[in-house]
Amino acid sequence: MENLQLLISGLANGCVYGLIALGFVLIYKATEAVNFAQGDFMMLGAFVTIGLTNTEYMGLPFMVALPISIGLMALLGYLLDRFVIRQMFGESQVAVVILTISLGFVIRFVAGLIWGHNPQTLQNPLAGKDLNFGGLVLGMEDVAVIIVTVLLTTVLFAFFNRTKLGLAMQASSQNQLAAYYMGIPVKRVQGFIWALAGAVACIAGILFAAKGAVDPNTGLLGIKAFAAAVIGGFGSLPGALMGGLIVGVIEPFASRYIAAGYSQVAPYALLLAVLVFRPHGLFSQVRVKKV
Amino acid sequence: MRIVFKTDYMQDIRPWKDGFQLSLYLILLAIAVAAPYLLDIFYLGELTNVLIWAIAGLGLMVLTGHTGQASLGHAAFLAIGCYSNVILIEQGVPFIIAFPLAGLLTGVIGATIAIPALRLHGIYLAIFTLALSILMDDVIVLSEPITGGVAGKYIAGVDLLGLTIDRWGTPILFYWLTLAITVIVTLGYINLLRTSLGRSFIAVRDSEVSAQAMGVDIAKTKTVSFGLSCMVTGWAGALMGLYSGAFNNETFSVVISIQLLMMIVIGGLGSIHGAFFGAVVIGFLPQFLSIAKENVSAVFGGGSVAIPGLEFGIFGMILILFILFEPMGLYGRWLKIRTFFELFPFYRKDMFKRQKSYLKTERLR
Repeated sequence: MENLQLLISGLANGCVYGLIALGFVLIYKATEAVNFAQGDFMMLGAFVTIGLTNTEYMGLPFMVALPISIGLMALLGYLLDRFVIRQMFGESQVAVVILTISLGFVIRFVAGLIWGHNPQTLQNPLAGKDLNFGGLVLGMEDVAVIIVTVLLTTVLFAFFNRTKLGLAMQASSQNQLAAYYMGIPVKRVQGFIWALAGAVACIAGILFAAKGAVDPNTGLLGIKAFAAAVIGGFGSLPGALMGGLIVGVIEPFASRYIAAGYSQVAPYALLLAVLVFRPHGLFSQVRVKKV
Repeated sequence: MRIVFKTDYMQDIRPWKDGFQLSLYLILLAIAVAAPYLLDIFYLGELTNVLIWAIAGLGLMVLTGHTGQASLGHAAFLAIGCYSNVILIEQGVPFIIAFPLAGLLTGVIGATIAIPALRLHGIYLAIFTLALSILMDDVIVLSEPITGGVAGKYIAGVDLLGLTIDRWGTPILFYWLTLAITVIVTLGYINLLRTSLGRSFIAVRDSEVSAQAMGVDIAKTKTVSFGLSCMVTGWAGALMGLYSGAFNNETFSVVISIQLLMMIVIGGLGSIHGAFFGAVVIGFLPQFLSIAKENVSAVFGGGSVAIPGLEFGIFGMILILFILFEPMGLYGRWLKIRTFFELFPFYRKDMFKRQKSYLKTERLR
């Protein structure tokens, strides 16, 4: 029973990691860039929602604030791409990595200036309600997190593999020049994907803030989500969710059964092991480069 | 404009272009040696800090600037160098042996780690090293009997050839020691770039496939590059330990790794000058900010309000501006200014324009 409880809370945590990882993978899949600021996007999304809903700020009804904050974050993602990332068009991946890391620093600084450095929670209608299945207690937030994550992953997966726009995104990441020749508006596609990643980050942030407190340094959680994305295999949407779940489930079990001090090492040790033995993740998409 | 008249093939691979350039650097060296008599003790300490960062930057530059392998985990190697140096000294090994040994040890560990990391490139290597840097924190805590864990370790001063070198007691000697190591490392670096090994580093950076076709052993080159890079970083770490006097598991955090990488990007990737320029920015930014903040609050009132994260916010903004507008870093900007004056009326705006490139995936063929 105790194990089951651990498993459920691990899954709920893992879903949040998975959602952030989903943002990484979206951008990577469509633009071949890695957005190290995704964790900070999530933090910002959480704070924007808190700013709109919580009574000490604007105090809007939850259901009204939700679409507004998701829209705002999508807009931010689009503007970032339009004015910052697009300048880097065709540059090396590492340059983009450094750019997004520094973006993360700036976002953390700005969030700290606006909302302060104290941890805050999101006031939401689900807070404090529990579901009880014969001794197994589930927080309503945990259930919501799991449902939303599964839904979102399915929709995005279908979007990438079934729709014309999704295919255009994959094409423009695989070979920008060829995609241009095929008549794909590569830059506009990139702008759209950054907006989408912003929206996904905002949803992750809302779920995270509903489950626990956020402060400007929460964005560092992105590193853990990063491990999740790599374990699942960068570039695979179900892989990202899978990786997130693995990391999320390992954590509570490690802290329950492994000596203190060793437990927080577990996700990173797993990451190193995956990188050494299956360098491109469990759902690998990489083939050997040939000339 | 100076035109170097070449009369000998040796002139092409000489470390300096002509006597004029050599004498400029010798003057710079003379000023650096005389610095203790020109600056007060506070700024001398800051200068020492800058030199130590420059050594670490040179270490990372070999790997990232010249071999093209981005590492987000060099703080781990700073830590290994620092701890092994202090532990060796505590075991009674004299500093003059312990210090080189600490670097060598770090280099060997780095090269060993590089072997599994070789299969990774680009973004995956960055993640691998990032995880390494995060793990290092925990490893230090877990191996408490050796490293002192959270309580950390202390080192007062070291004895070198009968002299006591101490950051606080004899700052001038400590500065000269740092300067000597900086000069040795820099000369070694310059020479490395003239050897076939150094050229193969650059070949691997520019195109792995072409390097392989030219007969460069990629695996070996990357391992050696990793080893050399970690060795120099280890020395910088040992000096950092001596400089701060006390350190624990949090001294060498992931943030230091990221800062190190950003430093060489601001300075200019792929140039020895870049490591020094970047170190100056990193070393003096906190001081500059605190002075600026005092002036601002003197004008607008408000006293000395502490803004947490200000330093990193400003740092991030500077970096974004650099990557967008001057990807070659400070050194690139300097090159442009110099070329402008050398060619005076004939400089054109797009002389350093980058070639437009289109990205292709590394996944799928």
